[in-house]
Amino acid sequence: MRAGSHILIRSLDRGAAVFLIAVGAIAIVVPLLNLALPNSSFIHVSTYLVTLLGKYACYAILALSIDLIWGYCGILSLGHGAFFALGGYAMGMYLMRQIGSRGVYADPILPDFMVFLNWKELPVYWYGFQHFPYAALMIVAVPGVLAFVFGWFAFRSRVSGVYLSIITQALTYALMLGFFRNNFGFGGNNGLTDFKDILGFDVRSEATRDALFVVSCLALMLGFLVCRVIVGSKLGKVLVAIRDAEARTRFLGYRVESYKLFVFTLSACMAGIAGALYVPQVGIINPSEFAPGNSIEAVIWVAVGGRGTLAGAALGAVLVNYAKTTFTSGMLAPYWLFMLGGLFIGVTLLLPRGIVGTLQHWTAGKRNRASAAAEEGVSELAAAE
Amino acid sequence: MAVARALLVALTFACAVVCGLVFDQAAADAAPLDQAIAHFTADDFDETLAGVNEVAASGSARAEIIITALQNGKLMFSAEKKAVYIQDDAGNLTQAATGQTVGGAPPDDLDNVKINNRLRGIIAAALGQLTLLSRDPQKRYDAAQAVFKSRAASALPAVEAALAKETDGRIKRALEEARAAIALNRSGTSDPDKLAAIKIVARRGDQDALALLADIPAHESPAVARAASAAIGGIQTRLSVWEAVQNAWYGISLGSVLLLAAIGLAITFGVMGVINMAHGEMVMLGAYVTFVVQEAIRRYDPALFDYSLAAAIPLAFLFAGAVGILIERTIIRFLYGRPLETLLATWGLSLILQQAVRTAFGPTNKEVGNPSFMSGAFDLGGMVITYNRLWIVCFALAAFVALIALLRWSRFGLEMRAVTQNRAMAASMGIRTSRIDALTFGLGSGIAGMAGVALSQIDNVSPNLGQGYIIDSFMVVVFGGVGNLWGTFVGSFLLGIANKFLEPYAGAVLGKIAILVLIILFIQKRPRGLFALRGRAVEA
Repeated sequence: MRAGSHILIRSLDRGAAVFLIAVGAIAIVVPLLNLALPNSSFIHVSTYLVTLLGKYACYAILALSIDLIWGYCGILSLGHGAFFALGGYAMGMYLMRQIGSRGVYADPILPDFMVFLNWKELPVYWYGFQHFPYAALMIVAVPGVLAFVFGWFAFRSRVSGVYLSIITQALTYALMLGFFRNNFGFGGNNGLTDFKDILGFDVRSEATRDALFVVSCLALMLGFLVCRVIVGSKLGKVLVAIRDAEARTRFLGYRVESYKLFVFTLSACMAGIAGALYVPQVGIINPSEFAPGNSIEAVIWVAVGGRGTLAGAALGAVLVNYAKTTFTSGMLAPYWLFMLGGLFIGVTLLLPRGIVGTLQHWTAGKRNRASAAAEEGVSELAAAE
Repeated sequence: MAVARALLVALTFACAVVCGLVFDQAAADAAPLDQAIAHFTADDFDETLAGVNEVAASGSARAEIIITALQNGKLMFSAEKKAVYIQDDAGNLTQAATGQTVGGAPPDDLDNVKINNRLRGIIAAALGQLTLLSRDPQKRYDAAQAVFKSRAASALPAVEAALAKETDGRIKRALEEARAAIALNRSGTSDPDKLAAIKIVARRGDQDALALLADIPAHESPAVARAASAAIGGIQTRLSVWEAVQNAWYGISLGSVLLLAAIGLAITFGVMGVINMAHGEMVMLGAYVTFVVQEAIRRYDPALFDYSLAAAIPLAFLFAGAVGILIERTIIRFLYGRPLETLLATWGLSLILQQAVRTAFGPTNKEVGNPSFMSGAFDLGGMVITYNRLWIVCFALAAFVALIALLRWSRFGLEMRAVTQNRAMAASMGIRTSRIDALTFGLGSGIAGMAGVALSQIDNVSPNLGQGYIIDSFMVVVFGGVGNLWGTFVGSFLLGIANKFLEPYAGAVLGKIAILVLIILFIQKRPRGLFALRGRAVEA
C-alpha cells in the first residue's frame, strides 16, 4: 500500500497535476454549463459541443496509448486504429443487442443487418453481448488478446522499427478488408449503427451525452495516471532504455520482448476502451475506422503534442482534431489535407519534440541546444538500429 | 452488321427485279413461306415458335433474313392486313416474304413480333442451321457451334448436308462435333454410334462438351455411361490443368504489376533505407502524366495516339524522378537515420500530393485509353491472354533488367552501391554522397512513375491510385528481403501467384487477407525477408 502511494506521488509532478486538474475541471464545468443553463445563455454549451469534446477525449486516450509505446518504448504502431475500432465494435455489438425489437425489422434477437442478409440465427460470437459486463470484458480483452498474440510473435522474433510499423499497418488493413465483408457478421460496410439505449439510458438524450463525456474524461484521467505510474516506475526506466538502446538493454539482462509485450498489450487495451467510449457518442462504427490512414493520423497527434510527454499526446489529439473539425466543415475543406500533410512534414522537420516537448525543453533551461540535438541524433540512431 | 444486312436485302431485291427467272423462283418459294409467315401475325408465342420452325424448314432464301429480323425485333406484323414486314434501320418496311418495298403509310396496327427467352434459344438454333451453308467460313463455324450447343435433332439434315460439302478442316471438325452432339441427345442412336460420338465430343474438351456429356441420361447402357464418365473425367482433368495455367498467368500478371510498383520502393527503402510512404503517389503521378500526354495527343494529332505510351514512359520517368529529387532535397535529407520520422513526413507528403492532384484534375477517374496494340486478346490453348497484360509483363521484366544492368555496369550504379555499403569510405574516395542520395531517390521515384504509365492501362486513374499499391509494395519488399532487388523480383511473383491461386478458393478479399496474415507470420519467422543480406551490410 505504502509502495503504491509512493509511486503515485512520485509520478505526479507539477505538469501531471496540472493536466489532471484541467481535465477534471472540464469534466465538471462542461456538463454543468450544458444542463444547468438555459439555451439562450451566453455561456451555454450545446449538446453538440459536449459530444464533440467527448470525442476528443476518446482520441486523447488513443493518443496516450500510442505515446506510451512510441514515446517511451520506441514501438511505432501504425495499426493502433485497429485496437480502437475493435473496442468500438465490441461496444457496438452491445448497443446493437440493446435495440431489441425496436429495429426496422423488429426482430427481438437478430440485429437489422442480419435480418436483411436473411440470417436465421445469431452467430456464436455475438452471444453474451446483451450483457454489459461481458461486453465490457470484451472491449478490453479482444484488442488485448490480439495485441498479445501479435506482439508475442513480433517481439520474440525481434521484428522492430519500421518493419513492425509496416506489419501493424498490414494488420489493420487486413482487418479492414475483413470487416467490409458482409459474411463476417459485423454489418459489412455499413457497420453498426442506429443505437437506442446504453445501460437503459437513451443514447441520444442530453443527460446521457453529458454522462458519456464525464466518463470519457474520467477514463482519460485514469489512463493518464496509469501511464504516469508506469513511466515513473522502474519498469518505465527499462522501457526508455529499450527505446534508446535495445541491444544494450538486452545485454544487461533484461528480457526486452517481455517488456515490449506488456506495454504493447496494455496500450491496445487502452485503445480499445477509447474506441468503446467513442462509439456511443458518434453513434456509428464502421470498417473505415480500420483504415491505415486513421492510425497514422493518430500518430501525428502524438508527434504534434510531443512524444514521450503523455500530456502532450492528449493535447495534440485535441488540437489536431479541433483543427480538423474547424477546417473540414467550412470553405477551407479542400485545403484540410494540405494542412494535415503539412503538419506531418512540419512537425517532423521543425518541431521534432512536439509542442509540450519543446516547452519542457525550454523551461528545463538547457542553454546548449545544439549539443542536446546532437545527443538526440545519437539516441535516434540507436533506436533506429 | 445491320448495314450489311440492309445491303443484302437491297441486293436480293435488285436481283429479283432484274431477273425474271429468279422472281418466279421466289414466287414458287413463297407458297410454303407465306403459310409459315402467317403464324407471325397471331401475336402468340406458340404461333411464333411454329412460324420459326416452318420458316427454317421452308428452305427459302429469305428464311435467314426473316429470322434474323425476328431476332433483332425488326420483324413487324399487322394483324388487320395479315401481313408481315421487315423494318430496316431507317424505318422503311419491306414485305417479309418477297423483300419488296412497301409504299405509302405503314398500317395503323403495326407492331413487332414479340419474342421471349425460350424463343430466343429456338431462334438461335434455327439461325445456326440456316447459316451452316453460308459463304463466310466464320459464319459457318459459328453456326456449327450454335448447333453443338442447341443439340436440336431438327438440324441433323442440315449438318449432314454441310458436312458433305465442307472443305475447311476446322469447320469440318466443328460440324462433326455438332453431329455427335445431336446423336447423343437423340433417343434413337445406337450404342456404337453413341460411343463414337462421345469420343468426338471428348476430343473437344471444353465446358460445353462437359455440359453435353453431363446431360447424357442415366438410363443409358453401361458401356455408354462408362465412356461418358471417362470422357467427363478426362475433360475435367484437362480443364483443371488449363485453369491452373490460367491462374498462373494471372498470378504472373499481378506479380509483374507488383514488381513494377515495388522495384522503385526496393531502391528507396531497400537500398537507401528510406521509408517512402509517398511512393504510391509517384506511381499515381506517372499515371497522370500518361493522361496528360494522351490529352495533348488527342488535341493536336490524334493519329499519333498509338505512340502515346512511348512518349509517356520517359516523360513519367523524368517527371516523377524530378519530384523525387525535389522531395529528397527538401525533406528527406534532413531525416536520414530517423526512419520513423521519415515515414510520417512522407505520409504527410502523400496526402499533399493526392490533394494537389485532386485539386488540379478533379476527384473522378480519368479516361486513359489503350493504344491499338494493347487492346484485344488471343487464345492460347484453353486460356485467354489479353494484350495489355502481356505487354505489362514484358515491360516489368524489361524495367527490372534495365535497373539491374544500371546498378551493375554503370558508373552511377557503382557509386550508388559504394555509398550503400560504406558511406564514409565512399565519401573519402571522392564520391559526392549527397548527390548520389538525391539521384538514387530520383531513380526510385522515376521507376515508380513508369509503373504508373503501365498501371494506367489496367487500373482506374484517380488520385487514390497509389494507395491501393503501397501496402502491397511494402509487403513485397519486406517479404523478398530489404536491400535485395532479386528478392523483390521473386517476392512479387510469388505473392502474385499465391494471391491468384488462393482467390478461387477463398474469394478475392479473403485471399488477400490470407496473404497478409501469411506475410505477417513469415516476417516473424524471417524478419529480414526471403533473401536476407548477410554480413556487415546488415548492421549498417
